[in-house]
Amino acid sequence: MESIKDKVAIVGMGCTKFGENWGKSYDDMIIEAVYEAYEDAGMEPKDIQAYWIGSYWSGLPAPSMPLSTILKVGYKPVTHIENMCATASDALRNAAYAVASGACDIALAIGAEKLKDSGFSGLPTDEIAMGITSTAPNTFRSRNFTAPSHFAMMATSYFNKYGLSPEEGKRMLAKIMVKNHHNGSFSPKAHFQREITIEQVLNAPIIAWPLGLFDCCGVSDGAAAAILVRGDKARSFRKDPIFVKALQIAVGWQEGYMNPQHDWTMVKETYQAGLAAYAEAGIKNPRNEISMAEVHDCFSITEAVIYEDLQFTRRGGAREEVDAGTFELTGELPVNMDGGLKCFGHPIGATGLRMMYEIYKQIQGKAGPRQVKHPKLGLTHNLGGTPGGATVSVSIVGP
Amino acid sequence: MMVGLKSYGVYIPYFRLSRAEISKSWGGFPAPGERAVANYDEDTITIAVAACRDCLRGFDPQEIERLLLASTTFPYGEKQSASIVAAALDLKKEALTLDLSSSLRSGTTGVRLAFEAIRAGTSKNILVCASDIRMGLPNGPRELEFGDGASALLLGDTGVIATVDCMFSSNEDIYDVFRPAEENCVRSWEDRFCREAGYTQILLETITAAAKKFKFTAKDFAKAVLYAPNPGYLAGVARAAGFDLKTQVQDSLYSMVGNTGTALSSMMLAAALDEAKPGDRILWVGYGDGCDVIVLTVTDEITKIQERKTLQKHLTAKNTLSYPKYLRWRSVIETEPPMRPKPEPASAAALYRDRKCGMALYGVKCKDCGTVQYPVQRICMSCLSKDNFEDYCFAHRIGRITTFSHDNLAVSPDPPSTVAVVDFDGGGRIMMDITDRDPSEIKIGMPVEMTFRHIRYVEGIHNYWWKCRPMRSSVLS
Repeated sequence: MESIKDKVAIVGMGCTKFGENWGKSYDDMIIEAVYEAYEDAGMEPKDIQAYWIGSYWSGLPAPSMPLSTILKVGYKPVTHIENMCATASDALRNAAYAVASGACDIALAIGAEKLKDSGFSGLPTDEIAMGITSTAPNTFRSRNFTAPSHFAMMATSYFNKYGLSPEEGKRMLAKIMVKNHHNGSFSPKAHFQREITIEQVLNAPIIAWPLGLFDCCGVSDGAAAAILVRGDKARSFRKDPIFVKALQIAVGWQEGYMNPQHDWTMVKETYQAGLAAYAEAGIKNPRNEISMAEVHDCFSITEAVIYEDLQFTRRGGAREEVDAGTFELTGELPVNMDGGLKCFGHPIGATGLRMMYEIYKQIQGKAGPRQVKHPKLGLTHNLGGTPGGATVSVSIVGP
Repeated sequence: MMVGLKSYGVYIPYFRLSRAEISKSWGGFPAPGERAVANYDEDTITIAVAACRDCLRGFDPQEIERLLLASTTFPYGEKQSASIVAAALDLKKEALTLDLSSSLRSGTTGVRLAFEAIRAGTSKNILVCASDIRMGLPNGPRELEFGDGASALLLGDTGVIATVDCMFSSNEDIYDVFRPAEENCVRSWEDRFCREAGYTQILLETITAAAKKFKFTAKDFAKAVLYAPNPGYLAGVARAAGFDLKTQVQDSLYSMVGNTGTALSSMMLAAALDEAKPGDRILWVGYGDGCDVIVLTVTDEITKIQERKTLQKHLTAKNTLSYPKYLRWRSVIETEPPMRPKPEPASAAALYRDRKCGMALYGVKCKDCGTVQYPVQRICMSCLSKDNFEDYCFAHRIGRITTFSHDNLAVSPDPPSTVAVVDFDGGGRIMMDITDRDPSEIKIGMPVEMTFRHIRYVEGIHNYWWKCRPMRSSVLS
């Protein structure tokens, strides 16, 4: 099995401001992100040879033709990708595979989501989720499903396994959220750009016990785009392209919903996707070799467990690392430099490419007050579904 | 051939609403006691299933040959409720199912039909269930009087705990309490008419006629179990019929449960049987559009069933409910709709395919590696063998909570919505809601039992599945 390492490079990226974009449509955001990427790459629209559009909820069930209409792509291939919260990362992966195969030389991957036209707080997808978690499709014989309650169950189990009282556990998680808000305050395109305190997190209303308001990420609109080219031609487009080192996806079989061996204190899909990505990229020691990571902090507990699943620390080690500041902007392995899902926001189908946008800017040294010193390899991680059954992407890129 | 009752069971919902709180809300005289209220996820079907499961403890559902289900509050005008209950109970396909509707008396009438079928030799095991969730208009006497509940009796010709000795019935066309088909709340004529011309007169006439035919007197009975909407009616008719109020008359459960309609007479009988001694004779009377009189004699077998403490376990497992929540749960008031997606209808075809897994809570056990799994799989999650499973029912198994959350975001008429990972003794895991719970009591490792619940009503389809609940009492094991 060949590796994708260095066969594909990103030479242009764009990303809208994330947030409650009342004044911008799904179409507006796609145009904004894509034209920023064109400009960044120094390309014309006609240069693109194939398109991958990732969206989870917007424009369903047929976003391909709308994309062609929005961008007037002519009569070129457009493919819609949906893979839960890993949707944009999978759009990038598929576009990269097309370029690596030689099927096309220049491809555009887009992730876009319009959530805030729904009129709901929280995700507008409970019915889809209940369909997935039912005894059988279309029966709706299901528990009362929400995303927060399922990640909250991981917190309950994690606290129990490692002997943390709910107060101790919540305090650990609060520190992660305070970190992400601090980073978000330097992030002009982020949904939330305000610092918070541990006390604010601990005293916030409970969304799904033990998780409170500040343990949950923003529900946002946004779009991001990347232009991919052959690795061997990348430097003809710009002097500082970033090269794909690994693109992995792991999709679980909802083991956490069915197998009593699964204890809800880890996400196996993250662990497996991480293993595969490290192997593909030739990484032996992730903690030492990864310079920075954008990970899927949909909830505070998710980020804590990701540290362990991606082998940034040992099992049960999240708390001591958080206390040591390991993952802060100035720490040993900065995580969620742009504020993460918590502050940058989480338009489901756009998030993976937003993460890549941050890594891309960091490697090019353009991250301003968020700039990580001497970054080398950067990692992005998406987690769709729940700890009981997830689709996880791990992507690694570098100069 | 000894024909009679083989078992009995009841179901009283977890929640109790104080009558004083209802009265206080409307500025009325504080009425005494409390009434049982079905949870928001319960209906006539689910509480019927619960009572039948209580009754069938220790019996094989596959041996039930008939199910007669009595109620005045069936969820469908056209579609049988008994067949829904049969699916949840996992009765055999050949079981005869029938709904007995429209009369408060249909529970006792069902017992008579069952008895006669067994005596005629056409059937051996017949389950007769009565279940009601009746509504009275707010600030009215029936809202105070009614309680929600179900009861079930198993009749047969072996292992009989009480023989049925004789039966007598009458019918009467009278507008005392009644409900037009297009209305939700029970209406009533003037109370004095209902009590004197209706209830008291019809009961006395029928009991007297039965006594004449079968040559019994009030003194022959250890207990009179007389359907009664409230203690006042009961005392009046019992006294007039010659019973000693202190020693001979079964309490109507008014102060703790309320008038459970069709279910009340057999629920009172269950209470009487819980305390009965072998040899006791019981006069059992059902009322509604006439009257059913049934005479029973308790046998030595009664002591085995009494170990279950049927009424006590249901009366002690309870929690209080506020009046506004009651009004919301029964859709008496319309509350602000949640800013969440509208529920989608379940597919009738999908529900049909899923009926064994969804209704009777069957998963599978791999014949190759023995791994238990839910829902039904075709490829084993453990050894990957294909289509090599045996059926495996979870409905009677005890689970333990592995992890949980109390969810305030989920749409629920009783927030927070408590969801859990439930691992079963003997294998298998199901993700389920926890119902009938006090959130503060939920802990990792605590045991839970299965309970059949109403999940959603969308576009005419009532959708049912299972939840778990904390164990009702240590008596259940």
